[in-house]
Amino acid sequence: MSETAGRPIAPLRVTPDKYVPYRYAGASGDFNPIHVDGEFARAVGLPGAILHGLYVMSLVARAATAEAGGDPRALKRLSVQFRGMSFPEQEIEVTGEAVADPDGRSETIALEATQGETRVIRRGSALIERS
Amino acid sequence: MTLKTDAIGKSWPAHEYEVGREKIREYAQVTGYESPVHFDRDAARGAGYRDVVAPPMFCVVYSAGAMGPVLFDPEVGMDFAAMVHGAQEFEGGEPVCSGDVITTTPSCVDIQERAGKGFYVFRTESVNQDGAPVVTGTWTNIVRGVGS
Repeated sequence: MSETAGRPIAPLRVTPDKYVPYRYAGASGDFNPIHVDGEFARAVGLPGAILHGLYVMSLVARAATAEAGGDPRALKRLSVQFRGMSFPEQEIEVTGEAVADPDGRSETIALEATQGETRVIRRGSALIERS
Repeated sequence: MTLKTDAIGKSWPAHEYEVGREKIREYAQVTGYESPVHFDRDAARGAGYRDVVAPPMFCVVYSAGAMGPVLFDPEVGMDFAAMVHGAQEFEGGEPVCSGDVITTTPSCVDIQERAGKGFYVFRTESVNQDGAPVVTGTWTNIVRGVGS
């Protein structure tokens, strides 16, 4: 994962139910048919409707925020790269390693999200500051 | 075909979004947040927020309306059939709470070709009703099969 080995954070495991893409589409406003229409998704060469990448990023954000006791103010920055596709009804696991920053108040967490053998999000990096 | 880079430096009109409590609850619920600060006004106020507070990634909800016209701008000219969302970064400032009015201004930071792919980088700057920065977003879209 990261070049520098850090302290592993508590992993976050979520199995989104089959309706999550619809509910996330409604919550976010992103109704791209590859997320909500399995027939359309297959017509463009996908195995079926796929989860929104930004939904999976929200799980990465939640894993990082949980490290700071769930305080949403603590997450100062989050960057990710989207790689593989992910699907409803299969478990997603977010793992990370935290490295304390020299200032002692903040830490940087290297994160990734996987589903089975697929790396869905890689090179995630979160900066958290405890108040 | 050479990659079109005319849109570098271009900015688009600001987009205004008024944050509602039910929208925060809806977003927090589907993304699995359980803390009462995202659902209950008294709990949020008790924790020092003005009102129910949005989870950090709620920024995609109020930024999306700003990014729509950017992605469809012919001057940018992205081929959607060959496009993927490659990377995303958010850097946060003031928390966003129910009742806030968030204004987001998008711009194009960079367009370049690497290994036959077009890398399109956009930035969104979001401020609240007091002019305080709430989030800076960096959106990278990758389009296959561009360039010579």
